[in-house]
Amino acid sequence: MFHFVLRRLASAVPTLFIVVTISFFLMRFAPGGPFNLERPLPPATMENLMKAYHLDQPLWNQYLQYLKNAVTGDFGPSYIYKDNTIAELIGKGLPYSVELGFYALLLALFGGVIVGTIAALRQNSFLDFLIMSVATIGVTVPNFVVGPVLTLIFAVLLSLLPAGGWGDGSWRFLILPMIALALPQLAVFARLTRGSMIEGLHTDHIRTARAYGLPPRTVVITHAMRGALLPVVSYLAPCAAALLTGSAVVETIFTIPGVGRYFVLGAINRDYTLVMGTVVLVAIFVIVFNLVVDILYGLLDPRVRHD
Amino acid sequence: MTDNKDAVLSVRGLKVDFTTPDGDVNAVKGIDLDVLPGETLAVVGESGSGKSQTMMGIMGLLAQNGRVAGSAKYRGKELVGLSTKALNEVRGSKITMIFQEPMTSLDPLYTIGRQIAEPIVHHKGVSFKQAKVRVLELLKLVGIPEPERRINSYPHEMSGGQRQRVMIAMALANEPDLLIADEPTTALDVTIQAQILDLLRDLQKRFGMAIVLITHDLGVVKHFAERVVVMRRGEVVEKGTIKDIFERPQEDYTKMLLAAEPSGSKSAPEDKAPIMLEGRNVTVDFAIGGGFFTSAHTRFRAVDGVTVRLKQRQTIGIVGESGSGKSTLGRALLRLLPSNGQYHFENKNISGFDRAAMRPLRRELQLVFQDPYGSLSPRQTVGEIITEGLLIHEPQLSRADRDKRAIAALKEVGLDPGARNRYPHEFSGGQRQRIAIARAMILKPKVVILDEPTSALDRSVQGQVIELLRDLQAKHDLSYIFISHDLAVIKAMSDYVIVMKSGKIVEEGQTDDIFDAPQHDYTKTLIGAAFDLD
Repeated sequence: MFHFVLRRLASAVPTLFIVVTISFFLMRFAPGGPFNLERPLPPATMENLMKAYHLDQPLWNQYLQYLKNAVTGDFGPSYIYKDNTIAELIGKGLPYSVELGFYALLLALFGGVIVGTIAALRQNSFLDFLIMSVATIGVTVPNFVVGPVLTLIFAVLLSLLPAGGWGDGSWRFLILPMIALALPQLAVFARLTRGSMIEGLHTDHIRTARAYGLPPRTVVITHAMRGALLPVVSYLAPCAAALLTGSAVVETIFTIPGVGRYFVLGAINRDYTLVMGTVVLVAIFVIVFNLVVDILYGLLDPRVRHD
Repeated sequence: MTDNKDAVLSVRGLKVDFTTPDGDVNAVKGIDLDVLPGETLAVVGESGSGKSQTMMGIMGLLAQNGRVAGSAKYRGKELVGLSTKALNEVRGSKITMIFQEPMTSLDPLYTIGRQIAEPIVHHKGVSFKQAKVRVLELLKLVGIPEPERRINSYPHEMSGGQRQRVMIAMALANEPDLLIADEPTTALDVTIQAQILDLLRDLQKRFGMAIVLITHDLGVVKHFAERVVVMRRGEVVEKGTIKDIFERPQEDYTKMLLAAEPSGSKSAPEDKAPIMLEGRNVTVDFAIGGGFFTSAHTRFRAVDGVTVRLKQRQTIGIVGESGSGKSTLGRALLRLLPSNGQYHFENKNISGFDRAAMRPLRRELQLVFQDPYGSLSPRQTVGEIITEGLLIHEPQLSRADRDKRAIAALKEVGLDPGARNRYPHEFSGGQRQRIAIARAMILKPKVVILDEPTSALDRSVQGQVIELLRDLQAKHDLSYIFISHDLAVIKAMSDYVIVMKSGKIVEEGQTDDIFDAPQHDYTKTLIGAAFDLD
């Protein structure tokens, strides 16, 4: 197990390198630059700026320099938030985003699995139909609609919860953005769970469990659900990435000082270092979650155990 | 008919219906049967006879669209219509079941120890810890070696035969009155089959439970049961003692079943018949383990220096149990997987041929698979499936020409040419196997490798497919390599037999010599296991 984790972490290095390389050059080949404003800067100012940020150097030099700095944890200064380094920006925002994302992930996972299991057990009933319709709505209605609607109902009309901000970080501030962020993912988990539960309930070993008089709860939870969770677990990694990147909209609506807005602002303003920083962040997230998924997989399924 | 008070299980007017989009299907149409204490009753029938569904209905294990009606009493207690809770007091304790698929009937995610313990825990109300002693005892009883170690094994770490022993241990855990065995040996090799049946018989003697044996295999029935119920299309055709049924069958259907064992023999080709396909010193290795950064840990030699020489109009039967390398040998001979060896096709050395060089030869070297369900694409019409090879090998043909060839090919295998506009799922297993044969024959091949072509079929259908293959061989001077674990079929089809074990030939020779006077112990065991049952 220990060796497996070590091996996987080692293989993350080339993955990260490839991600950094591709996004570095893609970003540079995209038209425009961080200082191309609507009203062009005077050529002399432009030249000074380019020099100050080493953007006048050949691309290869810039790339090597970036790699060298990145290895030491220096991701450079932001071009638009001029007084901040990328590490500072992300370091400030990340705790908010991680906390929000963590609760949203829990809600999506447990909510989705429970709802999907109920739908599977009542296959083709009215309840199944209802759950799956709501799940479809959850996937299709974007969170910039869900967010304001939730605010309107629970904050404005009922005055039960705050409309936005982080406040003292209590659960009251967390609850609406968490729901808005989790809903589409919850719907995906529900669909995945329903599908694999229905398949799982028809397997031969479920028939065996029934034939041996095991109570329905044991049949469903001990035997059907554990197997049905395998495809659900493998969706955890893309889901975590989606929650992190999807937080851009939700954090903006609920005015939460997380990292979400940097994904959008960095790209729009050609803030090279900010984009690179967020790309590396998401890549690390995906790599770590994939590792977590593989470890979970081994715990759930003895056939793929890593020893 | 009134209930039989002495019976362990007394079934009266039992019906099983399934609701389908095409209307109701009556799988079991009101049958009566009694199981007496300690006896073995065989329920015999071909697929679709309702033999399994009868028992599934009684045990409350029907698919969601199934319904059961009528009466089934366990020692006077009505089982039909019971709530799941009430039924669960009987299932797994008084009446237990073992199933055909020892591969999938156990939960892959739990150790076998835990799975055997589960019914004990639930019915006796003890803890898993307390049940462990009993589990070890049961594992010993069913002949699992090293029970203390194996109790922690997962199903995928065991062989098919061992898994079936685990199922039997589970079935015996609560000392049932009645054990329902649904095709318990069908998925197993013949030598393992015999061991499992011996074990069941031995355990029955010791514990005195009644056994209901559901099977299509009359050999097993004759060897094992005391009374027989013959079923067909959801009805009981005939019932009686073994003696009655086997010596004095009354109904035509029973007589047909008894006669459906494959018969006939094949004479050897002339000595001067040309050699069509030859593989010398064929060796195939599979790498086990290893990943992206690591090399393979071990190599597994699936076929080890085998030489095969196939003459025109000859049929070589390759026999062996699962894992013997017989299918791998077939694929190696067709150069479908990497192998070492010298290959000749019609006196041409094809040893060094790569994929591209082999392609023009493919039409003359065809392969027919075992699984008539998995080997036909469900999204193509039969016409598209069988003419697909023509698109590659005879691209000059027009659509109308291809259609003509499809009609001819379907007629040749005894199917209605109208079949070409329909999809595979509309056909029965036997018909699908005919489609698979038509797909090979339309290319006018010279050599056909038949990999278990009849194993998934009922005996009566098997006979028809064998007959068809024989006719085609005579008509087109075909050479066959016939791979099977079924010795009765091999005996009827081939003139030369190769017996394989662990990738090597243990014995080979003319069919009559092998079956009349086997030399090697392994061949004797195989033949003994297969034909002693009769």
